[in-house]
Amino acid sequence: MFESLKGFGVTFGTMFKKVVTEEYPEVKKVTAPRFHGRHQLNRHPDGLEKCVGCELCAWACPADAIFVEGGDNTEEARFSPGERFGADYQINYLRCIGCGLCIEACPTRSLTMTNEYELADDNRQDLIFTKEDLLAPLLPGMEQPPHPMRLGDNEQDYYVNGPQLAKAAQEGKGTQQ
Amino acid sequence: MTIAPDKSTTDDIVVPEGHVKLVIDGETVVAPKGELLIRTAERLGTVIPRFCDHPLLEPAGACRQCLVEVEMGGRPMPKPQASCTMTVADGMVVKTQLTSPVADKAQQGVMELLLINHPLDCPICDKGGECPLQNQAIAHGRSDSRFHEHKRTFPKPINISTQVLLDRERCVLCQRCTRFSAQIAGDPFIELLERGSQQQIGVAKEKPFQSYFSGNTIQICPVGALTSAAYRFRARPFDLVSTPSICEHCSSGCAERTDWRRGKVQRKLAGDDPQVNEEWICDKGRFAFRYATTGDRFTRPLVRDAESGELRESSWTEALQVAAAGLTAARDANGVGVLPGGRLTVEDAYAYSKFARIALHTNDIDFRARPHSAEELEFLSGTTVFTNPDNGVTFGGIESAPAALLVAFEPEEEAPIVFLRLRKAARKGTTKVFHLGQFTTPAVEKTFGTLLACVPGAEANALNALPEHASDVVDLLSKPGAVILVGERAAVIPGAFTAVARLAERTGAKVAWIPRRAGERGALAVGAVPNLLPGGRHVANATARTEVERTWGVEEGSLPATPGRDTTGILEAAAAGQLSGLVVGGVDPFDLPDPRLAEKALAAAGFVVSLELRPSGVTAYADVVLPIAPAVEKAGSYLNWEGRHRVFGTTLEGTGALPDCRVLDTLAVEMDADLFTQTPAASAADLARLGEGAPSGSSLNVAAPLVSPAGPGKAVLATWHRLIGNGSLQVDEPHLAGTARPVVAKIAETTAAQFGLTSGGFVTVSTDRGAITLPVETDDLPEGVIWLPTNSGDVTVRATLGAGHGSIVSVSGGTS
Repeated sequence: MFESLKGFGVTFGTMFKKVVTEEYPEVKKVTAPRFHGRHQLNRHPDGLEKCVGCELCAWACPADAIFVEGGDNTEEARFSPGERFGADYQINYLRCIGCGLCIEACPTRSLTMTNEYELADDNRQDLIFTKEDLLAPLLPGMEQPPHPMRLGDNEQDYYVNGPQLAKAAQEGKGTQQ
Repeated sequence: MTIAPDKSTTDDIVVPEGHVKLVIDGETVVAPKGELLIRTAERLGTVIPRFCDHPLLEPAGACRQCLVEVEMGGRPMPKPQASCTMTVADGMVVKTQLTSPVADKAQQGVMELLLINHPLDCPICDKGGECPLQNQAIAHGRSDSRFHEHKRTFPKPINISTQVLLDRERCVLCQRCTRFSAQIAGDPFIELLERGSQQQIGVAKEKPFQSYFSGNTIQICPVGALTSAAYRFRARPFDLVSTPSICEHCSSGCAERTDWRRGKVQRKLAGDDPQVNEEWICDKGRFAFRYATTGDRFTRPLVRDAESGELRESSWTEALQVAAAGLTAARDANGVGVLPGGRLTVEDAYAYSKFARIALHTNDIDFRARPHSAEELEFLSGTTVFTNPDNGVTFGGIESAPAALLVAFEPEEEAPIVFLRLRKAARKGTTKVFHLGQFTTPAVEKTFGTLLACVPGAEANALNALPEHASDVVDLLSKPGAVILVGERAAVIPGAFTAVARLAERTGAKVAWIPRRAGERGALAVGAVPNLLPGGRHVANATARTEVERTWGVEEGSLPATPGRDTTGILEAAAAGQLSGLVVGGVDPFDLPDPRLAEKALAAAGFVVSLELRPSGVTAYADVVLPIAPAVEKAGSYLNWEGRHRVFGTTLEGTGALPDCRVLDTLAVEMDADLFTQTPAASAADLARLGEGAPSGSSLNVAAPLVSPAGPGKAVLATWHRLIGNGSLQVDEPHLAGTARPVVAKIAETTAAQFGLTSGGFVTVSTDRGAITLPVETDDLPEGVIWLPTNSGDVTVRATLGAGHGSIVSVSGGTS
């Protein structure tokens, strides 16, 4: 008799504890700030892509989830400062294990991870994210590539003075000094 | 370490004549006199690290990486010695890094010194992964650096030509590139500049690195200091799959290594074949491969739509049915001519040859898509077709020849590896080179040669007059091993082959015919000519015909017995309606002796089948276009000018592109004939069953005509192809095209004065067909002769002028 009441006691007691149920998808969970979510290909403050097509991310990937093919920038069509840009960029989220080694490998800070974790679909094809899906959105002051280098004469200006450029762009100056 | 018991005392070792005995790392070795220590050690299995040493270059001792301890006559040398510059000597005791702490420390020290100014940019360096410096730094270097100051820096890569980039920070000053350019290629455009820590490799400001062999410096650079503009940042060595291959550009048949990735060729490197190309290839062979991946390549068969008259894509079944029906009708009407072109593999050319004989019942087949003559055919079918490396001239033969006479042959432009051998031989002082040509070309200078200048067309007369006017040449050619090299231009010089044959008979010198294109020698061997069946059998020879009929399993007496028409004959017949159809392989109408006749013939022929890779001048006239595979997507073999079989496998598998032999086999089946050439292997086996025929001998007797002066306002045209020009296999290669030689006309100073021309000014060369205006330069040409490149830049001699070597052209001053 006492034994069965003891069981109800557990139920009763739980009513006064904090609820662990998540109201997903009505209420989205806020992740930890460094949560390894979907990747993003970043841009320079003028909208040029940071990716140089070096493939180091693809080499670092232990799950072989990344495919990169570099292309040549030309005077007519410039996508990134410098000689090369990532012409084809694909991440297969069926394979990606979210380890972040690609982020560590990226020499230009082009590839970073967002906190977005909603990576589910009903078919395989849509889980191979292409460059269009991965590129960071154009912020105010950015211009859709291809376009010439707006913030300097060569890629060194972008790499060496990156933080100042970013700051300048934020302040709405849009130029180097 | 296990110490093996001495099996024999050192005294027991017998030292042969010309050898010495020395001790390396405690082991007694016998080495030929003059051998470098580094090679003797290598034979023992001890690899001494090195950067500047290269077996085909002269010793330099520039990098000091190969230091070893040496003891002579019981007295140790005071300092470690560079083993790449020291030759072996009797009684020498050598201790390498394996046994000598001194040598090891010295090598470590040199490595540390080399790395002081070497940037740490391996992750972005093209050489990373195949870099000797990287490998040796990992194997022998320190794990940390004691150098904390700033490294010496230079601005990042500078273009020393459009094709070669120089990154001076990475250079370890081994001078392999400068030594290669000065010694092997003879183009010393690249040199050491400055002194001390500012010492660097560089080029003169106004003189870029314009060499046909510049790509080799990239390959032998032991660090990533020299990189290729075309390959830069394309791939890393560990991404690439390497396939051995044979170069498809010229008739030398160089061994190559094709590196590819994701179904695309990324670069080509020279293969190591001591008998043919040693370790070098020319820039065309190295850099011209993107023709196969340009966007306009045919991927599906095209059939001309009966209603619209336009070419439309079709299925293979439909295209082959249309082609077979059209060709059968044309064959039964007036016959079909076959123009296979000079770039085919042996297997593909054999399929064309067999296709013409048993599907089209004709001998109207000629691979010569260039100026040609009956005399040339007589020479080729009587003599050249039976040469092979055992009985004819070889690369090695050139190197040991006492004399080489080059007739109508420009080695650097037409067969660059032959040029390298000639230069190597001449540099050693063993070979005297004579050029029968028009002016002192760079090749004449670089082979330390003698120019025997003559008016274009008078080469035969000059040869006939050699005993009279240049008996020293004849004497040298009479020495055993002397060679005569004949180029493709000899075909337009009446009497040239007769004169060559007579001279060879008189002197006993061996003759080699060196065509420009890779497939010509092979096409000759498999009977893609009007008068030969495969194996050099003459079509008029009944026994030979029966032999071929039996092997092919066709009805006896079914092979046509009379020699067919040559290329010009086929085109004339087609233009006149005497041929109803044409099967055209890789032929550019503008390479033909008379492009206007070719276009007329293509337009007049009732039915034209084109087997092509990309749209060409034939496509507009074709009724059916059948796409075929480029060299990298098929297997096969080339016969190089020596007659050496150069077999290669498929580099890019599974692209679905079909080789010519497969396409022709299927087409023949549609026409109710069996070629048995479904694959290159089947084709080669079928060809092997035929074997070689018996030489029938040639009767060359073409008189050398006297060349009359050109008349006022006129000049005799001299012309030949440049290595880098408008060739159809050089499309889409902007970096390579940038290293082409400047397009200029050449003329003698006195003749220039007669026409009122000045060096640096412009000249207009014209015929009744058209005119070309280009800059003019004076050179040592004979009087009344003007030279133009045949097909470079805007200068297209055949297409614009309809002229060739030996034609009379009008010359006047022009403005650009």
